[in-house]
Amino acid sequence: MKKQLPVWLGFALALIVLPQIFDSVLGISILNQMTIWIIFALSYNMLLGQGGMLSFGHAVYFGLGGFMSVHALNLIADEIIVFSITLIPLVGGAVGLIAAVFIGSFSTRKSGTVFAMISLGIGELIVASSLIFADFFGGEAGVTGDRTYGPPFFGIEFLQDAEVYYLGAFWLFVATLFMYLFTQTPAGRMANAVRDNPERAEFIGYSTRRVRFISFCAAGLFAGVAGGLFAINYEFITEENLNALTSGRVLLMAYIGGLGFFIGPIVGAVILTLMNSLLSNYSEMWMLYLGIMFLLTVLFLPRGFAGFIMMHQTAWQNHRLGMLILPYLITAIPLSLFLAGFVGLIELSHKGDDILPFFGLSLGADSMLSWGVLLTLAGTGALGVKLSRPRLNAAWAAANTVAKDADGDAQ
Amino acid sequence: MAEVFVFATLNGLVTGLLLFMLASGLTLIFSMMGVLNFAHASFYMLGAYFAYTLSTYIGFWGGLLIAPLIVGCIGAAIERYGLRRVHQSGHVAELVFTFGLAFLIEEAVQFFWGRDTKNYQSPELFDFALFSLFGQEFSAYRGFMIAIACLIFAGLYFILTRSRVGIIIQASISHPQTVANLGHNVPLIFMCVFGVGTALAGVAGVIAGPVLTTFPGMATVLGSIVFVVVVIGGLGSLPGALIASLLVGLLQSYAIAADVGMPELLNLFGVSFDSSHPLDDLWTLNLPQIAPVLPYLLLVLVLIFKPTGLMGNREQ
Amino acid sequence: MSLNRSLYHSQAKKNRLASQHSLRKIASATIGAVACAFSLTAVNAQEPIRLGFMDPLSGTFASVGTSGLNVLEFAADYFYNSKGGILGGRMIEIVPLDNKQSPTETQLQFRRAVSEELRIIFQGNSSAVANTLNQTIAKHNRRNAGQEVLQINYAAVDPILTNEECSFWHFRFDAHAIMKLDVLTDFMAMNDELSSVYIIGQDYSFGQVVAENTIRLLGEKRPDIEIVGNEFHPIGQVKDFTPYVTKIASSGADAVVTGNFGADMVSLARSIIDSGLDVPIYTFYAAYDGITATLGADGKDRIRLIHTDRANPLASDERREFYRAFKAKHPDSDITQSRLANALMMVVQAMEQAQSTDPYDIAVQLEDMRFTSIAGDELWMRGEDHQLFQPLYISKQTDEGIEFDADNSGFGLFTEYEVSTDETITDHSCRMRRPRR
Repeated sequence: MKKQLPVWLGFALALIVLPQIFDSVLGISILNQMTIWIIFALSYNMLLGQGGMLSFGHAVYFGLGGFMSVHALNLIADEIIVFSITLIPLVGGAVGLIAAVFIGSFSTRKSGTVFAMISLGIGELIVASSLIFADFFGGEAGVTGDRTYGPPFFGIEFLQDAEVYYLGAFWLFVATLFMYLFTQTPAGRMANAVRDNPERAEFIGYSTRRVRFISFCAAGLFAGVAGGLFAINYEFITEENLNALTSGRVLLMAYIGGLGFFIGPIVGAVILTLMNSLLSNYSEMWMLYLGIMFLLTVLFLPRGFAGFIMMHQTAWQNHRLGMLILPYLITAIPLSLFLAGFVGLIELSHKGDDILPFFGLSLGADSMLSWGVLLTLAGTGALGVKLSRPRLNAAWAAANTVAKDADGDAQ
Repeated sequence: MAEVFVFATLNGLVTGLLLFMLASGLTLIFSMMGVLNFAHASFYMLGAYFAYTLSTYIGFWGGLLIAPLIVGCIGAAIERYGLRRVHQSGHVAELVFTFGLAFLIEEAVQFFWGRDTKNYQSPELFDFALFSLFGQEFSAYRGFMIAIACLIFAGLYFILTRSRVGIIIQASISHPQTVANLGHNVPLIFMCVFGVGTALAGVAGVIAGPVLTTFPGMATVLGSIVFVVVVIGGLGSLPGALIASLLVGLLQSYAIAADVGMPELLNLFGVSFDSSHPLDDLWTLNLPQIAPVLPYLLLVLVLIFKPTGLMGNREQ
Repeated sequence: MSLNRSLYHSQAKKNRLASQHSLRKIASATIGAVACAFSLTAVNAQEPIRLGFMDPLSGTFASVGTSGLNVLEFAADYFYNSKGGILGGRMIEIVPLDNKQSPTETQLQFRRAVSEELRIIFQGNSSAVANTLNQTIAKHNRRNAGQEVLQINYAAVDPILTNEECSFWHFRFDAHAIMKLDVLTDFMAMNDELSSVYIIGQDYSFGQVVAENTIRLLGEKRPDIEIVGNEFHPIGQVKDFTPYVTKIASSGADAVVTGNFGADMVSLARSIIDSGLDVPIYTFYAAYDGITATLGADGKDRIRLIHTDRANPLASDERREFYRAFKAKHPDSDITQSRLANALMMVVQAMEQAQSTDPYDIAVQLEDMRFTSIAGDELWMRGEDHQLFQPLYISKQTDEGIEFDADNSGFGLFTEYEVSTDETITDHSCRMRRPRR
């Protein structure tokens, strides 16, 4: 833990400094989104990465926590119960916990496909009931609240998104810390054991069901915290935040980031939030790109982006990371040419009569020259990547070989 | 009353058999490779769209013949170049892969065919009413749907249990190593089964496209219910898939037809609440409102009390 | 920036030629000065007026949003940009904001709009989204005086937006659900042969509003008409409407009323037609975006719509020209919501009257504005609740007498009943809080 103190300090520092760098309204909004999704994705990883439980209905706890939090905001505004809105994520967490205790009581008996399908069924049932019970869930327009009517917190009334960011960052830090500490506790460790070999865990006396149940409840708790943050940020919530699509999103975040690492979901949440927010502003075909990216990640980076970073650990320890820079660059250039050409081709075929502005050129769909340019670009890029691969492979092998000293022993 | 019951049964049969066409391929693929193919409904959608385009050139029957073949080839290619690679990374990786695939197919369909609803018509051959009961017609096309689905079940069952290929496939499911040792090309078998499974989904798309409307959201609408059916029936069991599909189809159909709900139930106990009661939404609930959700309720109940499904026998 | 560069160049040139012939010196200095002047004027006068358009532009609902974007962009070009712009030569630029029909995404896109200083946002699809936007804008405007945003609602018809949830910063350019139902029930009441009606709709606020008000209004106008069915189904979840159609058939209804849209509408209409039920279907949204083409001949004389903006025959040559020009640019689309053009024109008129692009000034001008559309419709924006009143029309799907068809299918809408602006005026319960300025 002591060795990791600088990491935690760095994390806290980054949280404080980032909004100073990205201080536009859009930038703060994206940072706020990240605080919510990082907590949510980390909570999901408690189930999947650490517990081996694949769930298709995790958004339920997020959503229920969020709904209760918005109702709490309204209670505060109506002065029925008054407390500072900085405690709202706790309300969300409590609701997430209660829901997880209730649902986990029958769904954690089995793991694997059965667990996954039960979670799917429960998720759909709750979404359906959210549209039926319009009093609590507000129908398809959802419930709205106002965060500015609570008692001020040291003079701050949370009128601005930037003020909400610091609150979100605080809860992000606390939640991440606690989720990390959970992995170090016996409960967390046993969750890993149950994931890897449930039979053996039973043999040494642990009830796999109990262990899964504890993980499940903890995951529900933190998902509810994320839901509470969502409520503060957006001051509303709808059934959309409970549904299978949201559950799918957090699954993808955890997976793309890397299930086997604690920071994996953080990386995944950051990447997907950025893609979701920024990509759609530039292209109507953003979902197509997203789909392709998922497939490529699953095919070529099965351990996620965090896994990709961690792959360099050996090279780092051998102090041979520098060997990889040049080959990466040599591959990266034709790769970017290929990507540019490919994206251009897709965009052009969807432009119809309009002009596609492409790095200073204006390409039209009816001009053979435009198509030719893009195809050559993509073609040369692909060829370049293919030619540079052997060099990259050789450099990789060299960087990962443990260096031997004069006696032939490993250094 | 009788007419409602008769038509509800017929409607339930049609829906159930359509679900079966989809579920059969999915359960086959699962029993083969242990992978839950999230993109299965997307192949259904591809089948409908290909058939639509083909039908504008060579008519409905040409589409029925060729579209499933195209879809099957695409499926086989995906298995060979995509799924096989991902298989070594574990079940979650396969799941995420098929998830991303579903996404991608939906986007690709919108890219190539546009986002509006397609005018895919059923063939004129069946543009008559098979029979007319109590003033409502039962179109011949629906009769055709029922016939095709039964044909598929019979054909699949026969091939799997009586033919040589079927025996080899069944053996590969439980003992792939032994089958490989006997000299059979197991990866090829896997690829073909995946192709056949997706081709079945394609057939379902060709048949159902005119009836259930061909539009980019058609995969999402059916996607999760197919999973429900497969799990309720028992993963890997073809008869189970049939029974579960019929069960779900009939359940939904009867629920919609029955005009009962909580008010009637409460009346039975002589209880009533007025509209200002906080749980008013619950007390005014009626069966047709929750009909599309009943399959999920059934799923949860089955999984709690019989986790392997109604006729499943594989312990995960 | 070009300004600095041209300055630098002219300076360098001046230095180099300083020792040379004076005429050349003067010539080069003049050239440099003129270049500077050009870039200066270029920076000032041509700053475009940017309007946001928030609707789903990707995903399952994209076709409606994209067609709306096409209409708005085309109207901006056709009426203003091609004629030199407005407010002294400024061009109108439409900025698309893709909200994917999701209330959450709407919030994010709103923040993006604020970030890019878009002060006017057009939005229409989904009343849930409109509601979210309304409340988000109200909070934002309250907390950020001087950076207010105006909401131009062109299609969200939930009545509460101009009643309980009315806001100074929200203007609705479509007739709301109760107004449309009032006209629809009048039309139905005129039909003496109608004796029973079946209502079926999506189980959410709009579907419920349609059901409640159809029952109430028909009860007032023709108490003898029996409501033989009032059915709700979950939105977007029903794959096959045949079970519902069975119930419609066995109820013996003479007509069906529904507020369904999108895939639910097509499926429902298809199922009704397939089962051989020969009853008229009264709808709000059963045309365009592939729906007309899919229903085709089967929908002839059966599908009826209540809508704004007269369909065939179009009301004026100016309107015809507009349609033809649009079709020339977008041969595969139709003008499905010409309300957008009306809204744009009224907003521009407000800007011209106020000589300002500030949302407050525009809002003040819009209140109680009377405007005549290119189709000759009299439009009036009521100041008390910011609801626009316009003539309403009921049309049926057919292929006879159709000059402009839908989906290039040969079938289109033929208007058979119209109601003038004054007859559509209804009461409101809006208690609008006006900002202090």
